[in-house]
Amino acid sequence: MKKLIYAMLAVLITSGLLALGARHFEQAQSAATGDERSGKVLNIYNWGAYIDPALITKFEKQTGIKVNYDTFDSNEAMLTKIQQGGTSYDITVPSDYTVQKMKQLGLLHPLDHSKLTTLKYYDPFIMNRAFDPHNEYSVPYFWGTLGITYNDKYVNAKDVQTWNDLWNPKFRDDIMLTDDARDVFGFSLLSMHKSVNTTDNADLLAAKGKLDALMPNVKAIAADEIKMYMAQDQAAIAVGYSGDASEMIEENSHLHYVIPKGGTNLWFDNLVIPKNAKHLAAAYKFINFINEPKNAAQNAQYIGYSTPNWAAKKLLPKSITDQKEFYPDDAMIKDDQVYTNLSQLKTQQYNDLYLEFKMARH
Amino acid sequence: MKNRLFYFIPYSLWLILFVGAPIILMLGESFLSVSHHFTFANYQDFLGSGTYLRMMFNSVWYAFLITLITLIVSFPTALFLSNLKYKQFWLLLIILPTWINLLLKTYAFIGLLSKDGSINHFIELLGFAPQQLLFTDASFILVAAYIEIPFMILPIFNSINEIDRSLINASYDLGATKWQTFRRVILPLSADGIRAGIQAVFIPSLSLFMITRLIGGNRVITLGTAIEEHFLVTQNWGLGSTIGVVLIIAMIITMALTRERKKRGRK
Repeated sequence: MKKLIYAMLAVLITSGLLALGARHFEQAQSAATGDERSGKVLNIYNWGAYIDPALITKFEKQTGIKVNYDTFDSNEAMLTKIQQGGTSYDITVPSDYTVQKMKQLGLLHPLDHSKLTTLKYYDPFIMNRAFDPHNEYSVPYFWGTLGITYNDKYVNAKDVQTWNDLWNPKFRDDIMLTDDARDVFGFSLLSMHKSVNTTDNADLLAAKGKLDALMPNVKAIAADEIKMYMAQDQAAIAVGYSGDASEMIEENSHLHYVIPKGGTNLWFDNLVIPKNAKHLAAAYKFINFINEPKNAAQNAQYIGYSTPNWAAKKLLPKSITDQKEFYPDDAMIKDDQVYTNLSQLKTQQYNDLYLEFKMARH
Repeated sequence: MKNRLFYFIPYSLWLILFVGAPIILMLGESFLSVSHHFTFANYQDFLGSGTYLRMMFNSVWYAFLITLITLIVSFPTALFLSNLKYKQFWLLLIILPTWINLLLKTYAFIGLLSKDGSINHFIELLGFAPQQLLFTDASFILVAAYIEIPFMILPIFNSINEIDRSLINASYDLGATKWQTFRRVILPLSADGIRAGIQAVFIPSLSLFMITRLIGGNRVITLGTAIEEHFLVTQNWGLGSTIGVVLIIAMIITMALTRERKKRGRK
């Protein structure tokens, strides 16, 4: 018994010392920047690994605002947390259709464009999209396409140029799909020249039927792990976002990304300020900071996603911006479609059919 | 009496807050439609859909396989351990991996099972072509069984360890063979441990879901996957709760089937 008490005391003392140490370093840091009491704080809620950490440090040094940074791994998880309102975030990063949904739910703060000094740097074709007309609530952060990543050790470039190529029987057990109902149904619908936002029963059932025929070629349906699997040559083909593809390609030079001919999904991740944000001034400061061409270029180079900032694009090395698959010209994406928010009932139907598709085994 | 009441407070608080309330909330939610009206539709959807019934079957079938494999490995191991000199030490070595987070261990298995992982290197060394190991049923069951094995060994070991050695010696003295001693003395006396082990492995295995994605590549779909989807993506909490209720019923059935048998004494 005595021994147990001593052991517990030892644990308490150790953790107490560690906490003190951590406090010490935090205070040293907040002395250099701002701190909680002076109200100079900014709470950011972003996707995992979706900013160059050096930029956060730079922002803290420049403005004296302390940044608290939390991450999420899906739009839905983020939305649920914002909706419950337990923590108030000042900046978050929803994708296109989620901006629309948050807007409908009244979760967003309308942006005061007069405070956005960096608005002029955005590529016009990215602005004023249907999910948020006139960018009333959101400004773009990164953008990209849904496409096919292949490994040239196993696959010929000419064999993966359209969505329909995925159904080729020679890719048996070769394809990894991103685990998302919208994306998987999206490319199946696209392969039949239908809208990715269809609410038509017949279209959805046809897409499901076509996916069932793809199942023999599907090796796995996974999320972020796909990047690791592809980089390690675990599969020949992956369907996923251009941004993820550029990360994989950096790891493994045998990988290449293709924007399928005949149209694909175009996506935008956007900066928004939630309705219950407490540090509006700091949030505007951050949006302007991250869109300074120099900072936006540094961020884009670090993450590997395509920047919506034309001035930043000019600062990026030619070797990056010349890659047509990541900075496509207008002709390549003229047929592309952006997701719009579906009703709960339709979301349910997409996901039910998707679950059914996943259940079918070869 | 007052003292008893005092001890009762933490237990009852725990029970109400973390067992009673969640089950009641879940039951309530399972009778609500998306628009928050009372409905039986969730249960109709679940029972009337081939997809969910197949998923239920998958969950039970894989949980059964995992339990069977862990049992086949664990019983001889426990029996062997209980005869060793420093048995507590050897037992500790088996428990050791449970101190490491489950997700970390799963990621380690990705490295082992991958195309150029250690296992395939070994297969190549033996002169065979490398195999696709990840995303197969076999690898899913292997990893799940690996993670569950300590929870099967522990109760079985404890019950074997508690058997009075003189009973076994008496059995030999009375002329029983090794097999007879095992069949008539050791096995019946360790039955409680086996039951506890089955409960500890089968029930959590019903709702495994991270491993189904990471190791099974979503080629193995169990009810856990569906619950995650309904709570996060489709926001249909009603149907998600219904699946939860079905899982609880499955657990109650398991408990009932494996509960300690009352001694059937003579009347």
